[in-house]
Amino acid sequence: MNNSLAVVLIAAGVAYGTPLLFASLGELLAERSGVLNLGVEGMMLVGAVMGFWTVQRVHATTAATLLLALVIAAVAGAAMATIHAFLVITLRANQIVSGLALTIFAGAVGLSSYLGNNLTLSDQPALHSFQPFLPGSMQKWPIVGPILFGQNALVYFSWLCVLAIAWYLSRTRPGLNLRAVGESPAAADSMGIDVTRYRYVHTLVGGAFAGLGGATITLAITPQWVDGITGGAGWIAIALVIFAFWRPELCLIGAYFFGALQALAPELQARNITLGPTVLWANALPYVMTIAVLVAVSSGTARRRLGAPSALGVAYVREEH
Amino acid sequence: MRLRPPVTIEQRLRRPRWLAVAVPVGSLIFAFLVAALVLVATGHDPFSTYRQLFEAAFVQRGSLNQTLIAATPLAFTGLAAAAAFRMKLYNIGAEGQMYMGAITGAAAGLYLGGRGGPSPFVIAAMVVAGGFGGMAWGLIPGILRAFFRTSEILTSLLLNYVAGLVLTYLIFESQSYWRQTQGFNATVFPTGKPLPSSAVWPGLSTNLQGGIVLPLGAGLAVLVAVFLWFLYTRTRFGFEAQVLGDSDRAARYAGIRVRRKILAVMALSGAIAGLGGVSQDGDFRHALDGDPNGLQKLGYGYTGIVVAALGRYNPFAVVLIAFLIGGLQNAGAALQGPSFPSGLVGVIQGIILFSALGGELLTRYRIRVGRPARPPAAPVRVPETAA
Repeated sequence: MNNSLAVVLIAAGVAYGTPLLFASLGELLAERSGVLNLGVEGMMLVGAVMGFWTVQRVHATTAATLLLALVIAAVAGAAMATIHAFLVITLRANQIVSGLALTIFAGAVGLSSYLGNNLTLSDQPALHSFQPFLPGSMQKWPIVGPILFGQNALVYFSWLCVLAIAWYLSRTRPGLNLRAVGESPAAADSMGIDVTRYRYVHTLVGGAFAGLGGATITLAITPQWVDGITGGAGWIAIALVIFAFWRPELCLIGAYFFGALQALAPELQARNITLGPTVLWANALPYVMTIAVLVAVSSGTARRRLGAPSALGVAYVREEH
Repeated sequence: MRLRPPVTIEQRLRRPRWLAVAVPVGSLIFAFLVAALVLVATGHDPFSTYRQLFEAAFVQRGSLNQTLIAATPLAFTGLAAAAAFRMKLYNIGAEGQMYMGAITGAAAGLYLGGRGGPSPFVIAAMVVAGGFGGMAWGLIPGILRAFFRTSEILTSLLLNYVAGLVLTYLIFESQSYWRQTQGFNATVFPTGKPLPSSAVWPGLSTNLQGGIVLPLGAGLAVLVAVFLWFLYTRTRFGFEAQVLGDSDRAARYAGIRVRRKILAVMALSGAIAGLGGVSQDGDFRHALDGDPNGLQKLGYGYTGIVVAALGRYNPFAVVLIAFLIGGLQNAGAALQGPSFPSGLVGVIQGIILFSALGGELLTRYRIRVGRPARPPAAPVRVPETAA
């Protein structure tokens, strides 16, 4: 039963969806503050390469090395986000072009590739990686075993993050302030909220989450470094925030759905299942489905009920409001 | 007394014309300075790296030829981005639209050339087919944006991955019309079927630097630039597109048909990118290149965004910048090795784009050190009238 395609796909969907989940949670925080960051793909890649570098070069116990790798990946992601934050918050640059610039700067043919080359990380297996750690007997339970108990620590950590962010946004004062900043920065400013600081902090934290998401790929899913290893996951994560109506709990569901779609192609190949041009449609499916769902949520009435922050993408300049 | 901030940012009332040149030039200089810091930080000598870069781009024998080869597609993708970005339609799908143009253009070349059509006719048909291929692919995000209000940014980008998969599929995973299926090599490594000689684009040979060939595609790109300049500055269409870019609402009130305009601009942008694709077939590769490590590794579509932004969406500037960035791209490929890690070119391009963006601030705002230009008006106190 645990080998049936459905169970394997859901279990793989949870694993493959975790980088998407981390990245979309980060993007959600930035967007809730009114900053659209299209540099997710680039931030993920830099997080991925720096996390991988840490496990290859640091000699300590597996647990300590992996923890350090996560910290370094998060810091690297946040460092990338700092560039975007400075340009769009302080210099009031166009958020769309700046985000694209970040992806070009940091992405598959940019800094992440430069670092991977300069630190000679390509084509090596990871020395440490995240593995399922719960007792094997639990992992063998029917259905829930592989899906819930056969996962690595990052999956459980991402659940904590979803809970924490949901609680932060709805139950804490800084979280409510954050929403005010995203909806109406002028009103938030007149209430004495430091708009600039809120935007910086959440853009940087968003970058840290993207870095974590990238490291999830190189430390847990495919423990190796290849240029452009994220393969568009950052863009799917940005789209996920829209499907999730800017709510963290819905990010989780969406991430696992798209994770399962990503897992479909390798799984079909492993089972020798073919249906027409399988390689083509199975690999294209995550992208095509992302577009389909985007169209569904963006058209007509669904748009009215969307949770899009009103000030998303707009620079705040006190004198001009 | 309140402390004044040492630097104030105030809006410019007029934008001096010289800034339109100074900002991109300053951005380039600044970007190379920052990239030098990256080089130093990773243990490379920036001076020798830059000298090698410059020589490999423009000076060495044959280098200008290679630079033109890299610049031609960048001119197309840069113009494609400029055409759309100008109207604030963020088409970042030039990459995929280019692949589609390459696919349809190669089909036309293989089919008509194979039937022995005269070369000018075959080439013209390829250009049309390539333009239509890119246009069709660009219209998908256009239609979704016009009728469902779906962000064209995400859809056009995601379609790049789909187009890449299609391209690879045609050559590597199927027995398609585009694939070379005869001969010994075909069984060793999959390649595209070579174009018949009548479908190979001629170039203009010169004697400079030991024979520079000016590809037909480069000339076509210049024509497209002239066309775009005319369209955006001399026609009603261009004016309306500009209004729409500035204010959606104003355009609607003025009776501009917004949907139609979005479709037209996305079609135009996609078609230009498609021409870049068919120029790859006809000018340089002489077959459809489906190798994931070939055309797809070069990222011309994404670099086109850098080119367009640095040229401030002015078509002539875009062509010029495409040549400079093409030099950078070519040198990066030629020098790739331990002393010049891959990815450095992307880093420099990213920094160029960042500084161009930051420089935009200077065209919109004035940064004044010290006190503001006018002393702030003293608050007018209305004396309370005695009741």
